[in-house]
Amino acid sequence: MVRSKRNRIASKVVYHVVCLLLCVVMLYPLLWMVFSSFKETNAVFTTAADLIPERWTLENYVNGWRGFLGISFGAFFKNSLFVTVLATVGAVFSSVIIAFGFARLKFFGSKLWFACMMLTMMLPFQVLMVPQYLLYNKLGWVGTYLPLVVPFFFGQGFFIFLDVQFIQGIPRELDEAARIDGCSTWGLFLRVILPLVVPALVTSGVFSFIWRWEDFLAPLLYLNRVPSYTMAVALKMFSDPTAQSDWGAMFAMSTLSLVPAFVIFAAFQKYLVEGIATSGLKG
Amino acid sequence: MRKKTGRSQYSLRQNLEGYSFIGLFVIGFLAFTVIPIVTSLIFSFTHYDILSPPKFVGLENYLQMFTGDHQFWVSFGVTLFYVIVSVPLRLAFALAVAMLLQKTTKLTTFYRAAYYLPTIIGSSIAISVVWRQMFSGDGVLNSIINKIFRTNISISWIGGEKTAIWTLIILAIWQYGSSMLIFLSGLKQIPKELYEAADIDGASRMHSFFRVTIPMLTPVVFFNVIMQLIQGFMTFTQSYVITQGMPMDKTLFITVYVYRNSFTFYKMGYGCAIAWFLLIFMAVITALLFKSSRSWVFYQAEGGD
Repeated sequence: MVRSKRNRIASKVVYHVVCLLLCVVMLYPLLWMVFSSFKETNAVFTTAADLIPERWTLENYVNGWRGFLGISFGAFFKNSLFVTVLATVGAVFSSVIIAFGFARLKFFGSKLWFACMMLTMMLPFQVLMVPQYLLYNKLGWVGTYLPLVVPFFFGQGFFIFLDVQFIQGIPRELDEAARIDGCSTWGLFLRVILPLVVPALVTSGVFSFIWRWEDFLAPLLYLNRVPSYTMAVALKMFSDPTAQSDWGAMFAMSTLSLVPAFVIFAAFQKYLVEGIATSGLKG
Repeated sequence: MRKKTGRSQYSLRQNLEGYSFIGLFVIGFLAFTVIPIVTSLIFSFTHYDILSPPKFVGLENYLQMFTGDHQFWVSFGVTLFYVIVSVPLRLAFALAVAMLLQKTTKLTTFYRAAYYLPTIIGSSIAISVVWRQMFSGDGVLNSIINKIFRTNISISWIGGEKTAIWTLIILAIWQYGSSMLIFLSGLKQIPKELYEAADIDGASRMHSFFRVTIPMLTPVVFFNVIMQLIQGFMTFTQSYVITQGMPMDKTLFITVYVYRNSFTFYKMGYGCAIAWFLLIFMAVITALLFKSSRSWVFYQAEGGD
């Protein structure tokens, strides 16, 4: 009896030690980045093996924030925020409207379009990048934020799929009750369904925010003036190795660039976990 | 499959209402997917540098790609190697960690978040910057090795012809989070009775893992394999930022090669041809996987909810 209890405790300890070790391995690169950003810039590599800085300094943040070519990182932050918020609002709301059509309405061609939607989830952006660039070039959109925002107002496959799954879980009796009360289809969507799918909207919103915030390829393709750069492109330019690279400042700005995504993740991780789980099980 | 006669089945009102909801998708799909795909097919048969009008050259781009472009094959090989090595390793890790997290303790939420965080931010530029420094000559890896073993090595892992691709593979494995979460919810759906039955039959843990867990998980494995393969082939930022394809094109991913041809050398037609090759290649792989799934993916008889 005593022995089995001791064994249980031992196995518990072993379990948590393994899990915590794995945590250290998983988080080490991030911790190194964050702590290095507080080291004196010439100490970043001479003390690379030590995690905690010997002398803490905020100098890197001050130097890094100045940015380059006379444009501070404040401007890049603002650009990123603008693009991210707009594209996210567009993606979340257009996707739920489309999802309601697929989940609840019967009409000609719905199955075909649903299959097309599933296809877009598997069709990667990179294959389309050249022709899309040519299209936006023709429209005169290159050099503006339009290519980074407008396409998201036409729904995004993953979010549509997520919303469809969610709406299908809402009992249809609610629809019928609303119809009897004289609701039109749009009224039913806006007044009955929309308030109920808020969790799915939050999930989509969180994913969208993080993806748009970190997006690199599209801004790289479409933004050609430094003042219009988003964080990702600016950071890439800032960190390109040169003779007088300021490593400390680079780490400081890298850390800052992750703060919004990290805050969103920390606040909403439950929604992300559930979103990913749904996408896999019914896929 | 039932053939439908179409329109007659639905009233005009139903159709109008339906399209008032999904119309956005139809427009977006045509404008941002169908039109680009079709034009890219057309451009793949031309020489086009954006400044002058495209010149029709027949199959020249494709012939050049298959017979005259050594770099194309190098980058295709590199990408294939990266995908074939990193996808199975990532999935194995994902499954192992998911099984670890099956047990719920007070710290489970924390562990799950910690293991998932790298996936969420892994493709950001910040991580690419950090990765480049971690595996550089005076980076973290060497410093730690030197401290523990009292050595004095300063090889650049990023710059080594043999090691460079492995730094990217490690980065890929590090981001096993989404597959882990999908496995985790898959594991939770396996009925407990199956394990109990295996227990009564005297099956060992190993045995019930291979005879119960794995077969019951095959639908989830299948989904993960497809999504991870596509993601693997499309990796761009890591190669573009961390290694820039160097050294000696040993990390030149095919997406970076398409980007370079199209936007550095302005060979748009050639870029389109490579992109189309990639699309067809991936479609064939996916189709083969779907076909093979009948023999190894196990679906429960009751079929979903």
